[in-house]
Amino acid sequence: MSDCNSCSVCPASSALDRMGINVGKYDYVVALAGNPNTGKSSVFNAITGLRQHTGNWPGKTVSRAEGGYRFKGNRYKLVDLPGTYSLLSAAQDEEIARNFILFGRPDCTVVVTDATCLERNLNLALQVLEISAKVVVCVNLMDEAKRKGIEIDARALGRDLGVPVVLTSARTGDGLSALLRSIEEIVTGEITPEPHRVLRDGPFQHAVSELIPMIEEIAPGLPNARWVAMRLLDGDHRVRQALYTGELTQIAAEQKAYKETVPMNITYGSEE
Amino acid sequence: MNTPTNPTEALLARAQELRRTLGSNFRDELVEAIYTDAQTIADRAVIRSGSGKFDFDQRIDRLLTSPILGLPLMILVLAVVFWVTIAGANVPSQMLMTGLFWIENAGSSLFERLNAPWWLTGFVWHGVYRGLAWVVAVMLPPMAIFFPMFTILEDLGYLPRVAFNLDRLFGKAGAHGKQVLTMSMGFGCNAAGVIACRTIDSPRERLIAILTNNFVPCNGRWPTLILLATVFIAAAFPPKAASVAAAGSVVMVAVIGVLFTLIISGILSRTVLRGTPSAFTLELPPYRRPSLMRILYTSFIDRTMFVLWRAVVFSAPAGGLIWLLANITISGQPLALYLTDWLEPLGHAIGLDGVIVLAFIIAVPANEIVVPTILMLYLGNTMMTEEFSSSNDWRSLFVGEHDWTLLTAINLMIFSLLHNPCSTTIYTIWKETGSAKWTAFGALMPLALGLVVTFLIAQAWYLFT
Repeated sequence: MSDCNSCSVCPASSALDRMGINVGKYDYVVALAGNPNTGKSSVFNAITGLRQHTGNWPGKTVSRAEGGYRFKGNRYKLVDLPGTYSLLSAAQDEEIARNFILFGRPDCTVVVTDATCLERNLNLALQVLEISAKVVVCVNLMDEAKRKGIEIDARALGRDLGVPVVLTSARTGDGLSALLRSIEEIVTGEITPEPHRVLRDGPFQHAVSELIPMIEEIAPGLPNARWVAMRLLDGDHRVRQALYTGELTQIAAEQKAYKETVPMNITYGSEE
Repeated sequence: MNTPTNPTEALLARAQELRRTLGSNFRDELVEAIYTDAQTIADRAVIRSGSGKFDFDQRIDRLLTSPILGLPLMILVLAVVFWVTIAGANVPSQMLMTGLFWIENAGSSLFERLNAPWWLTGFVWHGVYRGLAWVVAVMLPPMAIFFPMFTILEDLGYLPRVAFNLDRLFGKAGAHGKQVLTMSMGFGCNAAGVIACRTIDSPRERLIAILTNNFVPCNGRWPTLILLATVFIAAAFPPKAASVAAAGSVVMVAVIGVLFTLIISGILSRTVLRGTPSAFTLELPPYRRPSLMRILYTSFIDRTMFVLWRAVVFSAPAGGLIWLLANITISGQPLALYLTDWLEPLGHAIGLDGVIVLAFIIAVPANEIVVPTILMLYLGNTMMTEEFSSSNDWRSLFVGEHDWTLLTAINLMIFSLLHNPCSTTIYTIWKETGSAKWTAFGALMPLALGLVVTFLIAQAWYLFT
């Protein structure tokens, strides 16, 4: 774990080409999600070479920021999302994150977690795994964890979660090239993850599988019918309402349109 | 909007049915399953070896967030930050002023030698350029000192502790504890503070936070406060205590701002925006060692230069406008004089004067230019021969030539805390609330409050002196 991407001799770093905000055309979209204050913006800055404002307090990023990079010939668009504790919540900044993960069809979602309080962070990671398989779990802030005498067994974690796990310290750049490599493996389909699903068997999963085709019939092309089915089974009134009014399809269409047409521009966290 | 189609009805009906078969505690089951799995997986992956670092963090937290010492320590930290800013900004400000006004004089004499028309020389050098020079000289040094210190506090993780300390007070006012974080952003820029209110999920509490954000003085107003504190408050103390007294008075203004935030939040949540404060969890992040390069980058490029650039953009046209007002004459009197004479009664009633009121009107686009505008209006068309190398020179201009008293200084400080937000912030409030009514309220309520408070202070002052 001592790869440094600023070192010009290192082959991994020469494969990375920071593109800043000049993304232009891109091949893949990668979303950065995670609990507040886990260093998503630091990861974003380290990869894109941008200077998205970072700060040591939860809730700093209120809107999403986008940047790009090139890795081994492929162009990526990286989307930094506001921190969120759960995909079930209602605050506006969290909704931005939720809508993008659910309906923005990222080619890969990187869940950035805090190594010093992994257990709490895994709640969101498991929720994301519940709805998507194209996930990389990035255990960040390893430098801080080491100072606190915490080690993470990435191999065991990866086996349990069923997706690639990478240990990083975004501020020093440790582990970032491994992260880029894992993202590449997911987007190109080099590896097929088998994400951990809670309540694997039983009536709940049966009910979900029964509803999914019905949802797909009503809203064709809606990504994450699985999430919608789960919310319906949970009795979420807003999702019921959204199905009636066609709002869900609209959100999905908006996220798709955004992905396809809007020029790359960076939105700094606190200034508009 | 589509009319409900049969498949939708069928889906929802089936979902309801399945829901019943799953039982009412299925949601708890799912959440519990996620928690249990998270715990098992984390237990297998995390290897802990005992360390003292964690205890150290907690020991500091016990002190900084203690119910008794938390608030005084916070005010002390704020006071130290201002004291360093005031003590450190003095000398570079004077050097900048000397240098920049030397350029003005050199530039205008060059124009004269080239036989440029007098109005061109005046407009360019004594108007546009002078406006720029004042803004840079008055604003740059305090910002270049204040912002790095603020960024260090932010990076260390102190801001959430402040929110924790003030949460009880904000709860009593019916407001959200996260409002403190949005206020901290307001210290930098109120427009940024208003945007930061998105982190508050309850619409009622979010609106309260947006409407009261203006009660935290933004960096456009710090230079005004610091200058007045240095020239008037510090002068009333012996030299050794002067900068401490000046810092203390600036902290006082900040505390008054917080008090008004609490009072107005309380009034709003008991009248038009009734409701109970919602509970929320706030993580206290670990203390992190700030990275030097990042602090320099954030505080100079993102903050100082961003703010300075904005001030420069607004001060150049303002400088030109002021020069025109001072040089376009109607029946032998400059236009500016008509305006200030007309505003004089209002100014006097609130303990200020017509020039100061006009300066606040010209400075609606950017609060940064209040003091430079006052100076330009006072100095009129004169060459910059006057030296401003010590606070005595400022005093002789304000007190000696324009009859300022301690009342003028106090009320100017209060009025710069309590008045309408700048146009950028007003626009941001409109964008964030989407309501013309609340935008108007957010703009006019602080102005009305400022007028009432300064009026009462002035009348009391006139009564007793």
